[in-house]
Amino acid sequence: MSENDHLSLHVPEPEVRPGGKPDFSKVEIPEAGSVRRPPEDAKAEDIRDLAYSIIRVMNRDGDAVGPWAGSLSDDQLREGLRHMMTLRTFDQRMIMAQRQGKTSFYMQHLGEEAISCAFQKALKPGDMNFPTYRQAGLLIAGDYPMVEMMNQIFSNDADPLKGRQLPVLYSARSHGFFSISGNLGTQYIQAVGWAMASAIKQGTAISAGWIGDGSTAASDFHAALVFASTYRAPVILNIVNNQWAISTFQGIARGGSGTFAARGLGFGIPALRVDGNDYLAVHAVSEWAANRARSNGGPTLIEHVTYRAGAHSTSDDPSAYRPKEESDAWPLGDPIIRLKNHLIRRGLWSEERHKQMEAEIREEVVTAQKEAEKHGTLHAGGKPSMRDMFEDVYAEMPPHLKRQRQQAGV
Amino acid sequence: MARMTMIEAIRSAIDVSMGRDEDVVVFGEDVGYFGGVFRCTQGLQQKYGKTRCFDAPISESGIVGAAIGMAAFGLKPCVEVQFADYMYPAYDQLTQEAARIRHRSNNQFTCPLVVRMPTGGGIFGGQTHSQSPEALFTHVCGLKVVVPSNPYDAKGLLISSIEDPDPVIFLEPKRLYNGPFDGHHDRPVTPWTGHPAADVPEEHYRVPLGEAVTARPGTAMTILAYGTMVHVAIAAAEETGVDCEVIDLRTLLPLDLDAIVRSVSKTGRCMVLHEATLTSGFGAELTALVQEHCFYHLEAPVARVAGWDTPYPHAQEWDYFPGPARVGRAIRDLMEA
Repeated sequence: MSENDHLSLHVPEPEVRPGGKPDFSKVEIPEAGSVRRPPEDAKAEDIRDLAYSIIRVMNRDGDAVGPWAGSLSDDQLREGLRHMMTLRTFDQRMIMAQRQGKTSFYMQHLGEEAISCAFQKALKPGDMNFPTYRQAGLLIAGDYPMVEMMNQIFSNDADPLKGRQLPVLYSARSHGFFSISGNLGTQYIQAVGWAMASAIKQGTAISAGWIGDGSTAASDFHAALVFASTYRAPVILNIVNNQWAISTFQGIARGGSGTFAARGLGFGIPALRVDGNDYLAVHAVSEWAANRARSNGGPTLIEHVTYRAGAHSTSDDPSAYRPKEESDAWPLGDPIIRLKNHLIRRGLWSEERHKQMEAEIREEVVTAQKEAEKHGTLHAGGKPSMRDMFEDVYAEMPPHLKRQRQQAGV
Repeated sequence: MARMTMIEAIRSAIDVSMGRDEDVVVFGEDVGYFGGVFRCTQGLQQKYGKTRCFDAPISESGIVGAAIGMAAFGLKPCVEVQFADYMYPAYDQLTQEAARIRHRSNNQFTCPLVVRMPTGGGIFGGQTHSQSPEALFTHVCGLKVVVPSNPYDAKGLLISSIEDPDPVIFLEPKRLYNGPFDGHHDRPVTPWTGHPAADVPEEHYRVPLGEAVTARPGTAMTILAYGTMVHVAIAAAEETGVDCEVIDLRTLLPLDLDAIVRSVSKTGRCMVLHEATLTSGFGAELTALVQEHCFYHLEAPVARVAGWDTPYPHAQEWDYFPGPARVGRAIRDLMEA
């Protein structure tokens, strides 16, 4: 007990702020391959340790080691590398486009590419993601056309969402990608409801909810865990812990809990913590959870431990709230470099082929951008009509909206 | 044809809908085994099984959020929020999710969802079991808002709501569940038995959304009302001897403006009546529409009678409730204006 005669409020602070020396010494990183792989039907209470460790497959030398290794073929690994590189190049081009005034806003994935790209490969056609704004890898790895993504970002006359949504809040039902809200946390419980519906209809499809470390504090997160637990919904509940919620460090949402994954334990939901910068580990863990859900084993909570190497969006400057060098100090490295090194070490890849693929991808992205820009950008060229604004508020336009549309002169 | 209370009519609507369409699922707090605190889902779990009618955790945002996911999947959830006063945790899900999904996804995803909730006071429920939050929903584009005033309409409107391709807020005036309450709280309770609108077909039928009905024809003035206030307005008209035309709006969004304009243009006087608090209530919208569309027919300013701008009280419930005495005074004032 404290000897103070008065109370004091505890307000957590990150280890360092701008000007300080980055320090991740408190982030415990287990050796790759050291965390056990329980059977997919393991009881939640028997695998509590996995909520406090980090499942890793690739070691420092680039070898894939341990019980979680081996979930992907050589071709799949090369494809995974291509997806991550495509996403990174796509991001670079779109940030530039935003700076050129071709769109209002953009959000990049720098450092987090492995999570959405690898996860998508654990799903099957018919499954449904309820993503946040930082999972475009689900689309890239699901072969959704980049030009459609750009049309949406540019809000041009070919925008599949008719200019109604903020850039990057995609929707692609055909590709198992639910309409992104832009409100945080709300879609976590919707993912659970979708999975419950699949179970009610005795189907085979599963769903995946996505949330960031900061938004786990939202009440919908807790509603989602209660519902997923109660009805054993076939859902994978992903938490992407990238350490930062805009300028707020993850400790503000995590509080006294050791890890975000541990939040699942009180609900009786098996919780796995994975190295989010390790493509192989993310895939293996996602596949474990998908198999469990598909065999009626219920939900799994996955905390992807990663680092948001870039800004939150094109509207903030991270150097105002964290040391500039912090991303270099992140102990789990860069997901693209790590997979590249792994492939080179196994003789499946080379620096030359890597450079060649970089050039191919750049060409592919530039071609898509040229195609998209033919349909206009935010302030130039074709744009969705004013009429489009009035459509689809309801299936059938009610009289009051018809009157307003008429007033607007369209 | 059967004699039904409003509770029985609502139950019958859900029953008929579940029987016709396997995609209709029902859940909410206490709605499964027990059949709901107002008994509106009694027997449905036994009839249709636990996966189509079940109890939910006490989490309104969870109930509505899960229902949105189910609707996106292709089901037609008809969920219950135990009291309209409990819906606030679900408001984010309703306004920014359910109401927006069709528009923001350009029809890739839709939300055919019904959220039923008992509304209004008159049962000594205090401030957390008596509220009428309809204006919080009519302000939200993408939602539809329905308030029935009798068993026949309740069943037909609820079936239409369940079959509607968009999210519908279905507000059930709880003081009408067991009888056509006209505001005379000091008189013996009148049951639905004997009321013409208690004759309810047992089979499927629809009352279309967006259509008002004349609850009492008249020539001297128009009273725009919905839910419990329809019965209060009729009682006040009879008691004052003023030949009021009472329009039962039934659906607040989309609103039957034609019916309103037709009546007010004929009578030249209009009173707007609701139990919800006055300021920024749905009556403000009705008043604005009447002056926009009927100004040159009006012989007096539009009158508004509503709940006072206070929390719904417990002991002073009948001082708060706009009953036939207060409505009657307002009718006389409006005739003299």
